[in-house]
Amino acid sequence: MIAFINEHFVPAQVHIRDQEAVFERFGASWTPTQILLDPQGEEQHRIEGFLPAEDFLAQLELGLGKLEFHEQHFGEAERMFRAVCDGRPDSGGAPEACYWAGVAAYKGTDDPKHLGAAGELLTQRYPASEWARKASVWLH
Amino acid sequence: MASMIIAWQRDVDAALQQARESGKPVLLDFSAAPA
Repeated sequence: MIAFINEHFVPAQVHIRDQEAVFERFGASWTPTQILLDPQGEEQHRIEGFLPAEDFLAQLELGLGKLEFHEQHFGEAERMFRAVCDGRPDSGGAPEACYWAGVAAYKGTDDPKHLGAAGELLTQRYPASEWARKASVWLH
Repeated sequence: MASMIIAWQRDVDAALQQARESGKPVLLDFSAAPA
């Protein structure tokens, strides 16, 4: 976890006790909250509330995928999303990651079969998740 | 050997400047944990 954060991010920490203005600046109203900002300072992902280590790592990888997606690096975005979808399938972020993996694959290839495959996977693996419901429109 | 501590910065704008220079994203952690 520590090595992952140091390798992939510029980590910054603010404390409510002495940097309340920074909380207001970024709209943080609860702790712990983590925000992933791209190098231009734009928010790409937000994590609110405590998570166990495995779920937290999944959220960081999900956020890195969103950063790549925002940059239209769809191949790298899909790789990050699949790392969560397939590599951490029991984490809370996995259904969202599976959804976005399908979207990234579609955006990178223009082939809608990737959306259908994501929809089928979500329906089978996470039928109660909102991501399965969002992907249901891709099923025929 | 990898560092065993997270190299937290306390200055957000300095972190954003470092992010622009390095191309890495910022992980901004909002905490209320006791010191």
